[in-house]
Amino acid sequence: MEKILELKHVAKTFDHRVVHKDVSFHLHRGEILGLLGNSGTGKSVILRSIIGLEVIDSGEILYHGNRIDQLPEKKLFSVRKSISYAFQSGALFDSISVFENVAYPFFEHTKLKEPEIEKKVMEILRIVKMEEAWDKMPSEISGGMQKRVGLARSMALEPEILLYDEPTAGLDPVNVEMVLDVMRVAKARGSSGIFVTHDIPAASKICDRFIIIKDGRVAFEGTWQNMEDSTDPFIQSFLTGSEKV
Amino acid sequence: MISTVKVHLQVIGEITELFWDSLKCMTTKPFYWGRLWEQILELGMGSLSITIVIGFITGLVMTLQFGYGLEKFGGTLYVPAIVSLSIIREMAPIFTSLLIAGRIGSGMSAEIGAMNVTQQVDAIRALGTSPVRVLVVPRVVATVISLPLLTTLSAFMGIIGGYIIAYAEFRMPGGFYFNKVLTTIKFADVFGSMAKCAFFGLMISLLACYRGFQTKEGTLGVGTAATWVVVRTSIVILISDFFLSKLLILMFD
Repeated sequence: MEKILELKHVAKTFDHRVVHKDVSFHLHRGEILGLLGNSGTGKSVILRSIIGLEVIDSGEILYHGNRIDQLPEKKLFSVRKSISYAFQSGALFDSISVFENVAYPFFEHTKLKEPEIEKKVMEILRIVKMEEAWDKMPSEISGGMQKRVGLARSMALEPEILLYDEPTAGLDPVNVEMVLDVMRVAKARGSSGIFVTHDIPAASKICDRFIIIKDGRVAFEGTWQNMEDSTDPFIQSFLTGSEKV
Repeated sequence: MISTVKVHLQVIGEITELFWDSLKCMTTKPFYWGRLWEQILELGMGSLSITIVIGFITGLVMTLQFGYGLEKFGGTLYVPAIVSLSIIREMAPIFTSLLIAGRIGSGMSAEIGAMNVTQQVDAIRALGTSPVRVLVVPRVVATVISLPLLTTLSAFMGIIGGYIIAYAEFRMPGGFYFNKVLTTIKFADVFGSMAKCAFFGLMISLLACYRGFQTKEGTLGVGTAATWVVVRTSIVILISDFFLSKLLILMFD
């Protein structure tokens, strides 16, 4: 399978706190990779580093074999059209409506006419089941809805890779299923993904492969079956949520 | 002591970098005309009434003080010249700029600061666009355009206010008052006043945007950023006013 994204020996320190010592993994085309680990292990930092919102201290991040970790901000703009980030909170622009939030990438990066943009935005809003809230302001919708609109905005340009930062955190089971459905649609539209989550049941439903981060390194890499079959006490305690984790 | 100097130099360096980035974005496409217009409306039109009031009151008070002060020496006739010149050259630029620093500068930093702590600035970057282009450039251009215009309006209202007091308190005829004003004020005075305000506008907007981007500590940080901007811009306006005034005197007097 083709590796479209690869992290090699990535290290990152904030002030004097070492977050990543040596993180290496890759993403295949068409797969959703579950990125698991305890709180504070720097899962979101990995996603932010991939699109250049954080600068890594050492190591390499390769996209289609080309290094992207050293690109200047201006050159990263084009990478960010292909690798999109769905923020944990949605990070919607609160001064514009739901429709305008989702339309933003189209206005910025395409030459589509307004009626075409309108059609595409409404199509995406239908996927995330938010078409009836198109004219609402972000402050007028719930947190779960904001996450779905954030997802819609990040998948607008049909990116090659979607980075999901805990999209199911704090959601009720119905909303979790809705988010997973959206992720399935994104995958069907050709977007591979990295899914950062603490929600093991949700991850088990959608991810093709998993990695677990521990002590700044990749402690496990494999399929759900490999994870379940693992005799490693850490993996087992992580899955069952016992205190040994 | 050395570390404090180092921190201040670093801040100056970062603000200069933001200025260069803004210049680069201003001279390359896309330029957000819609956002610029929104900012001009918010900044310019939103500050119109308070600018008029402040300018008018300044004219009233200055004419009153100068009028009675000079009357003792038989110098009431000089009131229109002194009042109009001091309003155009100093009072209107300083008062309007300080007002805009308080009203708009703090608002800008709070707005960008709030966007920063809620990851909206990160979202702009993650969506492949530049926060400087989207957020800073429209604000800087709008402030640089609006502040000189507001100052001119404020000065005009000050001169009108001055006339009302000159007539009411000292029975000075309108023809004499306005003739003196028009023969006293030179193009260089108006140009100097507008140029100073354009500079103050640049400093207010740059400092406000810079501090907005530096905001980190949640809602507390947003409040701190707003206070920082008002204090720093006020100091910068007053200090730079001295040097700009000296420069303008050297150039035109």
